[in-house]
Amino acid sequence: MQIFEYNGSAVVAMVGKNCFAIASDRRLGVQLQTIATDFQRISKIHDRVFIGLSGLATDVQTLYQRLVFRHKLYQLREERDMKPETFASLVSAILYEKRFGPYLCQPVIAGLGEDDKPFICTMDSIGAKELAKDFVVSGTASESLYGACEAMYKPDMEAEELFETISQALLSSVDRDCLSGWGGHVYVVTPTEIKERILKGRMD
Amino acid sequence: MSEVPPKGGFSFDLCKRNDMLIQKGLKAPSFLKTGTTIVGLIFKDGVILGADTRATEGPIVADKNCEKIHYMAPNIYCCGAGTAADTEAVTDMVSSQLRLHRYQTGRDSRVITALTLLKKHLFSYQGHVSAALVLGGVDITGPHLHTIYPHGSTDTLPFATMGSGSLAAMSVFEAKYKEGLTRDEGIKLVAEAICSGIFNDLGSGSNVDICVITKGNKEYLRNYMEPNPRTYVSSKGYSFTKKTEVLRTKITPLMERVEITEVGEAMEE
Repeated sequence: MQIFEYNGSAVVAMVGKNCFAIASDRRLGVQLQTIATDFQRISKIHDRVFIGLSGLATDVQTLYQRLVFRHKLYQLREERDMKPETFASLVSAILYEKRFGPYLCQPVIAGLGEDDKPFICTMDSIGAKELAKDFVVSGTASESLYGACEAMYKPDMEAEELFETISQALLSSVDRDCLSGWGGHVYVVTPTEIKERILKGRMD
Repeated sequence: MSEVPPKGGFSFDLCKRNDMLIQKGLKAPSFLKTGTTIVGLIFKDGVILGADTRATEGPIVADKNCEKIHYMAPNIYCCGAGTAADTEAVTDMVSSQLRLHRYQTGRDSRVITALTLLKKHLFSYQGHVSAALVLGGVDITGPHLHTIYPHGSTDTLPFATMGSGSLAAMSVFEAKYKEGLTRDEGIKLVAEAICSGIFNDLGSGSNVDICVITKGNKEYLRNYMEPNPRTYVSSKGYSFTKKTEVLRTKITPLMERVEITEVGEAMEE
């Protein structure tokens, strides 16, 4: 059995007009048994940067704690929040440090940078950054997510339309994956507010 | 265990746990590879490097437009094939070492310096850092082009190709290369070699990136050619018949960012 299929996950981020959306499923399983339906995969680093982690759940939580620690140190030294590009380089360096014994997770980073320009990127488990201008995906449902996002994405969508698109892409992809699903968790971030929504999906 | 950021180099503390998981039957993850066609050639006034822009994760295309030509120094660029994290990390690291060396010596970097730093690092990891590179640049001693293999061996050549599409590209070079090419002839030949990799090799695809380095000048032509545009996009877009059902919504307003403007006189020294 694949290591990334031990817990099951689906994370996707999309860029809109001066906003971004990041969404994940909510299932936590141990191979084919579901043990939780409210697992938090997306975490806030600061008001304008979010990170979604897919893969082995124990590494998801450990890596999140290490990143929050490093960001707090940065805030104390620099007296400001980290830019999303800087944060992506930090995550890449932390993952590459463990090149020969890696953290078994794939992060998706989304944030609003200078001038409220949205930034998204994803990495493989050893920190190879992949910047994209439209959408990034990760997790066991990634192949369906690639297809759904490729079809449904349009550039320069406003926040409400972006929410609808990313939700439809997420729910239709996890419906075709046994290991992820059981609802959805979507964050849509604009320069003025963060909207967090829980979606109703198929519970199977 | 102290969590102070370590001094650098690799950390092996998760190896034992990962080995235990693999013994229990779990398969190791696949890394982002750049299947790739990368080429370089020496022309009359300098060096031209070329690369495709597809990054693969197993059989899936993960990135349709990635950058494979990495900056090393103002007069030296390096194309990378193999595991994407390794090529990026090794070129970034050697680029920083070259900059520090420039500050210490007060001179422009030489291609041979970059070559030695890269091959020493790759050899010391015995091929486990899987980076295959085409290094090219123009320094005080003239134009140079080298290939570096993951185990640390190097070749110095007038024209070179690496990656899964290297055979397709090399066939174009072997047929059409001659010494003393002009800039336009060189760019045309490199673009043709990369295109042959894009169309014939499954691990390479999307667009052509080109970098021309001459004495005192460099030109990075990102997406010089785009032979694979998306022509099938429907202008109507996607319309959803059923709206998603939302169970709960939570709105967090973000604080207005404060702009501090300096008012009054500056402090006296």
